[in-house]
Amino acid sequence: MSGNSSHHITPYRTLGIILLILLSMTFVTIEITSFHLGAFTVTAALLIAGFKGYLVLSYFMHLKHESVLLRILVAMVFVLFALIVVITFIDYAFR
Amino acid sequence: MSNHENHPHVHRDDEAQKLGMWLFIFTELLLFGGLFLVYSIFRAQYPQNFHESSLELSVTLGVINTVILLVSSMSVAISLTAVQKGNYKLSRLMLLLTVALALAFMVNKYFEWGAKFHHGLYPGSELMQLLERGHHLYFALYFFMTGLHAFHIIVGVILLLISYVKIGKGKVKSDNFMHLENAALYWHLVDLIWIFLFPLLYLIS
Repeated sequence: MSGNSSHHITPYRTLGIILLILLSMTFVTIEITSFHLGAFTVTAALLIAGFKGYLVLSYFMHLKHESVLLRILVAMVFVLFALIVVITFIDYAFR
Repeated sequence: MSNHENHPHVHRDDEAQKLGMWLFIFTELLLFGGLFLVYSIFRAQYPQNFHESSLELSVTLGVINTVILLVSSMSVAISLTAVQKGNYKLSRLMLLLTVALALAFMVNKYFEWGAKFHHGLYPGSELMQLLERGHHLYFALYFFMTGLHAFHIIVGVILLLISYVKIGKGKVKSDNFMHLENAALYWHLVDLIWIFLFPLLYLIS
């Protein structure tokens, strides 16, 4: 009834490891952006941010152990946002 | 299920509560997504202005706040794990740590914003009238995005404190922790948004 039997408990150790990865990725971003390589820097910074977001969603928000339905729903929100960005930029580029 | 025998009158649906929280998180993601879109468009239109404006921000303060939020995100996750394992003392301690970190974030934000106002770098200031349009747009977006984010921090702190009280009263416990789980999800959302705000506003120039 309470539906708790399927709950996955994330170990403390996993949480600590994820934090360490997130912190090191932050400093990698700062290093990369100090080079000022134009579009490459932006792409690299956003890719790292995307990876950090993935870690937060998967482990801190424990999507890794959620139902497939919920995971697809979350993925769809990001797909929707990506579509909105692409379509808006196409609009600006060709008007 | 053993729960059924112990609490015959409990009406609860954890899955539905979680799904509801996630649906709310989707609206939040799209709310900030819209702001990121506006930022991207204006950045593409005024690259030079955005570059110059972003140099006004203190990367050091930004990094400190990033570290604060990442650590607080872990501490709230530990708090949830602790409740699930029945370690309520650790759970409440971690919630207090999270709230303390949130307050530290806000104090940083206060000094950061204060410095901007001191230098006349805010929408509608006399200095702003003299600068180009891109600067105006950058600082309007900076204050709106970080302001809306800070508002979410305040709401998150209130939710976490409610969980703290509920653990103390035994209403949130190892077999009934949805309030803390949803409050934690909200807190991670705040962290998630900052993960993108930080490089976009502070670093990429």
